[in-house]
Amino acid sequence: MANTYVSTTNACKMCTPMGAALVFKGIENAVPFLHGSQGCATYMRRYIISHYREPVDIASSALGEKSAVYGGGPNLKKGILNVMRKYDVDLVGVATTCLTETIGDDVGRYLYEFREEFADLPLPELVHVSTPSYSGTHMEGWHAAVRSLADQVVKEKGASHGGVNLLPGFLSPADYRFLRGLGERSGVRFTMLPDLSRTMDGVIWDDYHSLPDGGTPVADIRAMGGAAGTIEFGMSGGLAESASGVLERKFGVPARKTMIPIGLRATDAFMDTLSEFAGCDMPEKDAFDRGRLLDAMVDGHKYIFGKRAVVYGEEDFVIAMCSFLGEIGVQPVLAATGTQGERFREAVTEALGDVCVNMPVIRSGADFKDIEEEAAELAPDLLVGHSKGYKLARASNIPLIRVGFPIHDRFGGQRILHVGYEGALSLYDMLVNAVLEKSQDECPVGYGYL
Amino acid sequence: MNKTILEERKSQMHRIGEEPFAMACNRPSLAGAVSQRACVFCGSRVVLYPIADALHLVHGPIGCATYTWDIRGAISSGPQLHRLSFSTDLQEMDVIFGGEKKLEASLRELIGLHNPKAAFVYSTCIVGLIGDDLEAVCRRVSEDTGITVLPVMSEGFKGNKREGYAAACKAMFRLVGTGDTTGISPMSVNILGDFNLAGETWIVREYFKKMGVETVANITGDGRVDDIRRCHGAALNLVQCSGATMELAKMMEEKYGIPYQRVSYLGVEDMADSLYKVADFFSDRDPEIKAKTVELVRGELSVLMPKLAELRRDLEGKKVAMYVGGSFKAFSLVKAFRHLGMSVVVVGSQTGTEEDYKELAAISDPGTIIVDDANPLELAQFIKEKDVDVFVGGVKERPIAYKLGVGFCDHNHERKIALEGFIGMYNFAREIHASVMSPIWRFMPRRNARPATSARVTCIPKEAVNG
Ligand code: SF4
Ligand code: SF4
Repeated sequence: MANTYVSTTNACKMCTPMGAALVFKGIENAVPFLHGSQGCATYMRRYIISHYREPVDIASSALGEKSAVYGGGPNLKKGILNVMRKYDVDLVGVATTCLTETIGDDVGRYLYEFREEFADLPLPELVHVSTPSYSGTHMEGWHAAVRSLADQVVKEKGASHGGVNLLPGFLSPADYRFLRGLGERSGVRFTMLPDLSRTMDGVIWDDYHSLPDGGTPVADIRAMGGAAGTIEFGMSGGLAESASGVLERKFGVPARKTMIPIGLRATDAFMDTLSEFAGCDMPEKDAFDRGRLLDAMVDGHKYIFGKRAVVYGEEDFVIAMCSFLGEIGVQPVLAATGTQGERFREAVTEALGDVCVNMPVIRSGADFKDIEEEAAELAPDLLVGHSKGYKLARASNIPLIRVGFPIHDRFGGQRILHVGYEGALSLYDMLVNAVLEKSQDECPVGYGYL
Repeated sequence: MNKTILEERKSQMHRIGEEPFAMACNRPSLAGAVSQRACVFCGSRVVLYPIADALHLVHGPIGCATYTWDIRGAISSGPQLHRLSFSTDLQEMDVIFGGEKKLEASLRELIGLHNPKAAFVYSTCIVGLIGDDLEAVCRRVSEDTGITVLPVMSEGFKGNKREGYAAACKAMFRLVGTGDTTGISPMSVNILGDFNLAGETWIVREYFKKMGVETVANITGDGRVDDIRRCHGAALNLVQCSGATMELAKMMEEKYGIPYQRVSYLGVEDMADSLYKVADFFSDRDPEIKAKTVELVRGELSVLMPKLAELRRDLEGKKVAMYVGGSFKAFSLVKAFRHLGMSVVVVGSQTGTEEDYKELAAISDPGTIIVDDANPLELAQFIKEKDVDVFVGGVKERPIAYKLGVGFCDHNHERKIALEGFIGMYNFAREIHASVMSPIWRFMPRRNARPATSARVTCIPKEAVNG
């Protein structure tokens, strides 16, 4: 067990409202609105833009000293009106910050008053979520925002439509694109919440758009009560607290949690759940991709068997990534996440139980100082995680496979596909090639054949 | 103007020649306007970050520290402590019962681990609210550890970046005057307000060295605590960057009688002017210095100018928009672009003062749009209205230009290419050239009848996808 420190050095997490802001970026014609001082919104925009390279407008109530003392209600209302003036918004997603949580602003009440005061205006859907960063990370913020959307936007069960609600969690736009495609291929009506496939990886414009195209339409969110079931990715939290749990409790929509479908077994499980809910067969493309994945696993197994990997990032992402690494014969030696979570240990152990003999060191609430110290003992061959691990990779001369968020030092982070058989295949290629590149670089003979 | 410009924002923009000069600025950002501005904390962090042998501890919840982890291009010739991100990562209980204990424990732990020359503790919004007594904690830890620990009162909501600069200067000023000044040359300067992005401070120091001028402290690029302690022994302060370190220079003038001069190392004229200013200042101490400086500038220009002329051939007549943090930089850039045959038609800043904007208006061409504290929709509109070829800004501005198919040049604290000095001018020109001359702009839908993608024209009907 490594040391535990009072302070955090090089955090492996971001703050709560950022997760919420990203969720709202995945809703059609929505503007994320941070209720707090200006800096938070600007910092997050900068951080997010570096990864996605897309416009990311996040409004702020831009509180100053006075509002910090007397409450931020007036600024919040004025801010929403300004957003309405400038953007054709269907939804404004208001997330609190540490500041407004601490002064105890009651955002729900402010929004209620706002709706009364401006009842004569065509008001957008106003959703609020409580996201103090002193209790949680960007992932708690993410889940809280999805839950708020399910709770506040879905008002009635509505007509049954036989579709499937899909709550994928924090994935790359390429992943959302893949899942949309799966919906189309399988003929299942997916309501994916959120959907960052186009909003955070868009096309060039001929004129400036105040908001990007794409995202989950608000009308579709409203209709989620009539779905045949909800599939929510992620094994780290319970159902009761989650958005799928809310839909089940309120409207009787059956909820199921599955691992993020990274790798063979997790994708199999997801496909099975999907056909169970929607009665569809696996699309031919995916069936072929599954075969190709197995074929590649056979072709490449010798190169990576027994390699040792350090995996870090968002907890659900790490759990699923460990599962995949385990099944291709890579030994995860450290699974680390910045989030504090009870279930993380259990879920990693479960994911690896039938493919790995040895369990990795499992750390929640970790920062990069912890990860570095653990890694020094564990002598890994590979680092698997976002770009903030580069410092460690450079210092220890271990290849870093960049996946997840954020990727600030490479191009195309938004186009990395992690999920589905297709995603597993491209991850597999990346992993094998990283190992080959390293052995080629270090080999005294510059060889041209394997 | 259309609805992208809010009524309340109109007084913060001005078109030269169309109306008498009047410009509102230094106001709090408007709620809901999606300002490009950060906060007080950001201002302090920017200024102090490059002090490489100090510990920089962010007292607050995690985000403020996460988003500032090693994001600057400020490099150090020695210690790298500034590149780590330390935070007290306040949790709910700390917020309820106060964060002083955790702060104190964190400080002791980190000082033990890293043995820094000094420590800066940044206060964030929430700390201002819960009322932790930073001063007292810092004093206690200083006394026990022998390491100077300085609070930086940078609560984000207390204003904009400018207040952050001031808070940083106040903290640094407590170091000034605590070191031994023996052996400092009478021909010596401090470099204030340069951040050694991609090694820029080293370029400037080298020029001074050639002129026979000693640099006592770089404040704060490639900064060292001990240099700052003794920097009151220098004969002259050179202040770059309009807001960041002016306050420190003024305080040093008042207390130690050290005069200061405003300088800029960006662009050909401003770089040369700055060197001549220094030469003038020291000319009675060293009658040779003017000649040496002329020689230096001539040598540099003889290499630079032919190379610039080559690039200028392509760039002549192109139009530029820029949106920068401090407006002082904008003056230099306007002039630098003239050297390339280009005209700046839109110029804005996050934190300009009224005098800054007045001065900017005076050197800009008629029709130029000047804007304070802009937001993406306004900037996009100005880019389109003026049909610019290249936009200069920071990471947050980049997608605005790119979405419209307009070239972009990163000119912010994160850059990894040196843009200062004569070599920097060449780098800058090359970067602008690469931004403007790429053949890709020909394919952009805004300049071309052909749509960018079939997606917008024949996209899959929404019903088939979502509903
Ligand atoms: S104050 Fe809170 S919300 Fe704002 S950046 Fe810091 S951690 Fe994030
Ligand atoms: S919390 Fe305050 S100090 Fe931190 S980023 Fe937000 S505005 Fe700045």
